[in-house]
Amino acid sequence: MTRKTIRFIRRGKVVEVPGFPPTRTLLDYLRLEEKSRGTKEGCNEGDCGACTVALGRLRDGQVVYEPVNACIQLLGQIDGTELISIDDLATGGTLHPVQQALVERHGSQCGFCTPGIAMSMFTLYHRDRPATRQDIVNQLAGNLCRCTGYRPIIDAALEVCNGQASDRWGADKDEIRAQLTALQESTDIFVGDADSFFAAPANGDSLAALAARHPDATILAGATDVALWITKQMRTLPKIIHLDRIAALHRIEDHADRLSLGAATTYAEAETALAAIDPDIGELLRRLGSKQVRASGTIGGNIANGSPIGDTPPVLIALGASLTLRYDAAWRMLPLEDFFIAYGKQDRRPGELVWRIDIPKLQANDSFRCYKISKRFDQDISAVMGAFKITLDNDRISAVRIAFGGMAPTPKRAPAAERALLGLTMTEPDSWAAAIAALAQDYQPISDMRASAAYRLSVAQGLLQKALTEIAGERTERTRVVGRREKEAVA
Amino acid sequence: MTSRSLPHQIDKIETETVGLSLAHDSAVLHVQGSAVYIDDIREPEGTLHVAPGYAPNAACGRILSLSLDAVRAVPGVVAVLTARDIPGVNDCSPSVGDDPVLADDRIAFHGQVVFAVIAETREIARRAARFGKIEIAVETPAVTVGDALSQQTTDVLPSYAFKRGNVGKALRAAKVRIEDSFHIGGQEHFYLEGQAALAVPDERGGVIVHSSTQHPTEVQHCLAKMLAVPDAAVTCECRRMGGGFGGKESQAAQWAALAALAARLTGRPAKCRLDRDDDMVMTGKRHDFRVDYAAGCDETGRLTAVDVTFLSRCGYSADLSQGVNDRTMFHADNAYFYPQVHIQSRRLRTNTVSNTAFRGFGGPQGMLFAERMMEAIAVRLGLDPLDIRKRNLYEAGRDVTPYGMKVTDNIALAVIEELEASADYRRRREHIVAFNAGSCFLKKGIALTPVKFGISFTLTQMNQAGALVHVYTDGSVHLNHGGTEMGQGLYVKVAQVVAEEFGIDIDMVRITATTTGKVPNTSPTAASSGSDLNGMAARNAAIAIKNRLMDFAAKEWKVAKSAIRFERGQVIIGNHAITFGDLAKKAHQARISLSSTGFYATPGLVWDRDKAKGRPFYYFAYGASCSEVTIDTLTGEMTVDRVDILHDVGRSLNPAIDIGQIEGGFVQGMGWLTMEELVFDDKGRLRTHAPSTYKIPCASDLPADFRVKLFESAGNPADTIYRSKAVGEPPLMLPISVWCAVLNAIGSLKPSRMPPLEAPATPEAILAAVKAMQA
Repeated sequence: MTRKTIRFIRRGKVVEVPGFPPTRTLLDYLRLEEKSRGTKEGCNEGDCGACTVALGRLRDGQVVYEPVNACIQLLGQIDGTELISIDDLATGGTLHPVQQALVERHGSQCGFCTPGIAMSMFTLYHRDRPATRQDIVNQLAGNLCRCTGYRPIIDAALEVCNGQASDRWGADKDEIRAQLTALQESTDIFVGDADSFFAAPANGDSLAALAARHPDATILAGATDVALWITKQMRTLPKIIHLDRIAALHRIEDHADRLSLGAATTYAEAETALAAIDPDIGELLRRLGSKQVRASGTIGGNIANGSPIGDTPPVLIALGASLTLRYDAAWRMLPLEDFFIAYGKQDRRPGELVWRIDIPKLQANDSFRCYKISKRFDQDISAVMGAFKITLDNDRISAVRIAFGGMAPTPKRAPAAERALLGLTMTEPDSWAAAIAALAQDYQPISDMRASAAYRLSVAQGLLQKALTEIAGERTERTRVVGRREKEAVA
Repeated sequence: MTSRSLPHQIDKIETETVGLSLAHDSAVLHVQGSAVYIDDIREPEGTLHVAPGYAPNAACGRILSLSLDAVRAVPGVVAVLTARDIPGVNDCSPSVGDDPVLADDRIAFHGQVVFAVIAETREIARRAARFGKIEIAVETPAVTVGDALSQQTTDVLPSYAFKRGNVGKALRAAKVRIEDSFHIGGQEHFYLEGQAALAVPDERGGVIVHSSTQHPTEVQHCLAKMLAVPDAAVTCECRRMGGGFGGKESQAAQWAALAALAARLTGRPAKCRLDRDDDMVMTGKRHDFRVDYAAGCDETGRLTAVDVTFLSRCGYSADLSQGVNDRTMFHADNAYFYPQVHIQSRRLRTNTVSNTAFRGFGGPQGMLFAERMMEAIAVRLGLDPLDIRKRNLYEAGRDVTPYGMKVTDNIALAVIEELEASADYRRRREHIVAFNAGSCFLKKGIALTPVKFGISFTLTQMNQAGALVHVYTDGSVHLNHGGTEMGQGLYVKVAQVVAEEFGIDIDMVRITATTTGKVPNTSPTAASSGSDLNGMAARNAAIAIKNRLMDFAAKEWKVAKSAIRFERGQVIIGNHAITFGDLAKKAHQARISLSSTGFYATPGLVWDRDKAKGRPFYYFAYGASCSEVTIDTLTGEMTVDRVDILHDVGRSLNPAIDIGQIEGGFVQGMGWLTMEELVFDDKGRLRTHAPSTYKIPCASDLPADFRVKLFESAGNPADTIYRSKAVGEPPLMLPISVWCAVLNAIGSLKPSRMPPLEAPATPEAILAAVKAMQA
């Protein structure tokens, strides 16, 4: 049994869309088909947030609203959700509280980013606790405003996002939950024909079989990267297989010694579990992409696309993560670092799927640090991403795993520096110099628009020095300008 | 001269509507997504879509061949435009005629448009544009200022200089002499609404074009020239822009031209809306500079001579580079007196997109030089840079600018000293010295810098504006003027002025789209002049109608005109009161015209560019800011920890709108000086052509501690609209204090040495300067 349509809740009703092009974006659906023109296109690549809409999804039986960038969300992805766009917020001529607050605080100037800002605020408004300033700037990291400088927008959010949602969606919560529940079912979705389709299988076996049958299909695990192939490279992607509906791929298993993540786990879903391994990982996820990107983008996608500048692979490699892949009914496991073969080349054959990531937890004598270096702190792709796991036997380094992103054609370990560190003590900082210098043997980075080769190497060395200094006991309020580990230093 | 009197001597003005912090007129629409931008207009039936095509792998060279058959073969493609399809003049330049709408013969920068696809949908047009084959005899492009100098390209415009005294002699005689050179990066506007135009053909070969433009008149003229029709056959309309910042002053014309050409050739409406990446590649940006200078001063740091050369990257054509670079020179003094001075400017041609207007219009680069020079003097003498700044401010007897204008409204010292106290500058500076002494990796810095910005177009003829006001018989008012709304709040400010004049509620004033059909021959909305010019023009229109109403009422009720007042929606006529609407109705019945144009030209401006002398500015706007930063010397990362701003807007027309301009301008300028970096490769291709690679400030970049205050002012000494001051551009230069604070933090590593910090102070630039200090 397959369903040849997608279904979602819109303005209280179930909308069923049959026969759409597989690469149709949600933004084009809204603006060109629905002719709802409140949602704006600013960049068409998921970086400015002008097209932000809210998707309501069931999470543990509750309706959760998350912001997504409609420009890099494919229409097929919204099956089973409630779609809310800016056109919907005001009711009978009365502004929504977030809209009212933006007006009163002078939160719009040119107004073009405003619909997206209002939608991001709407999702924050529906959170169950009052928003702090830090919550707000995190929430808005993916909403660029070129006019206001953000101050009035932050003030508006501080005023209105108080954890007490009193709007239509709050009042109709039970009904919306019932509607969303009614949409959840285990029928495979297949819109199109064998040559051109959008497929969203409902279980792992049918997914694996479909992927094996169509090895030329594009696997979609969040679309925060793949959608740009469509909107920017103008590529034709006739076959799309979407992973999102497979429950097993969203599973987070918290074992005593390891964390096991299904490949379609979004950053947002994984955030708490990963941050529990080390607060630096929490800080990394806070800065990775934006709320919108983290609501869609997946850990598996970040790995499978093989980017040399993906932020999670260096962290996962330093932690010693392993990967489980599946081809039809065949499974295999390999260390994550072995998955990345060369630039654009991974150890994955067509039709094979990244299925699960197993991440060893830190032991009592392990220390971990990771750092994301970019031109802008929030929502920027790293120039250099460094991750360090150091195991101490008393004060002596007995094991070390260092991995960097942005330093090589793939996320890569630093064997020379690791060797040089073994056996050194944390109490003799002068002895670290050789290991720091050895990074020059490990990496020959390139110069590009994000950073020069010289800067990259220099920063990598600085980060190793920083990591060692911190692990040796220095407080991060003395070593970092952002992402400090001491609780009291967090704004 | 009474208009130059000091602020405290200005008469107090009582107002009802002017001075209120009213919301932006479209705020309620903005938040609902119902404010209509070009791409939101419901397309007329049959609207076609236009997408530009260019050579993806070449920056400059002769076009050897152009093969478009594959483009035409794409289903849904209606036609492909090339230069040969243009019936009139193939040019969209705002100045000297060197910007082809569609390149013919040769291309001069990467991204220059060679053809344009007209198709049934935008997606088809964009996709088909990739199938064009353009063969170029590729030449080595001059990409940077250094390339232009070494390849000896022909400058886009003649060099220009301001000169006073004998600088060479004064420099030789100076007790302290400094020589220095540094680079200043450009900036992408990143208006959230990209360039867009919708053209609808009319019945006689003309066109109505809806354009996201700061300069509807120029778009009109460009289209008329290109279509070979009279100006009167083209109407250009703009209700609002989703941001402009100068990027839609001259750069909007090309896309309107392509839409209009498509409309003309097909007889169908046509829309051209650029994709963001195309927009960033194809449209001009803020000018980048190399600045070389020598300065002489005495042992206290007071300047005796300044010799500075500004080498600017103008791109492949002139565009607005004359005005931009002139303004750099006008602001090379910032708030400081240079006794002997030589300011030179070269306008270099490169094979890059033509740089253009951007908020501040060259002024920021001139000012950054002045402030860097203050820092350099302070480093050399081991003094507090703020003392150097104060010592060099314009003051009585030392008050003539390098271009011969006397500074008579100077409040720089008052602004600086108030901020110095309120920001607790001296004590915090001491704390920072102590902090740095005890901190190994992190270093702090602080700086307090002033802004003095000249208000008026330096092309004097542009300082004029028109308005059109209708009063209807129910008392509602239709307001139109030549200024455009790009988010800055111009429309609501002008509406406040008109409501004030008629004594009516602001809701009775209907603000309407700027169109060349209502107010002709307008200047661009630029140079911060929007409210100054259009506010006055609209007020003059309202006064004309009001005078007729008063004449009528005086006669009708037999009272003296002086006994008639317009307030709170009423007209008080002696002992009689009548609603404004009723008076309008009665006047209409008495056959009185209730419509008027209004006009304004800024008085007192004289500028002789050839002699480099005169009074190019009506007045100056002042402000100051104090910024504290922390840098990480291992990575070059930087945070702005606290910012205090004190800014002078005269008597504000709308304080909320003005504060919005100050805060937004500050953050935008901070982006320019810290994280926004344009990277071109050696083939001349812009590599930072999307927000994924070009980073403008986001919410978390707003300083955690951000204190903004308007300077207490009785009003502008110049007789401006309700004694207000322009506010669009001046705040952009406030964050120069951020850049100087970074310099100060790096300087702590070796206090006797000037940090070789470039702008923008990206993490990489900061780390490079740190390493140089540690070497």
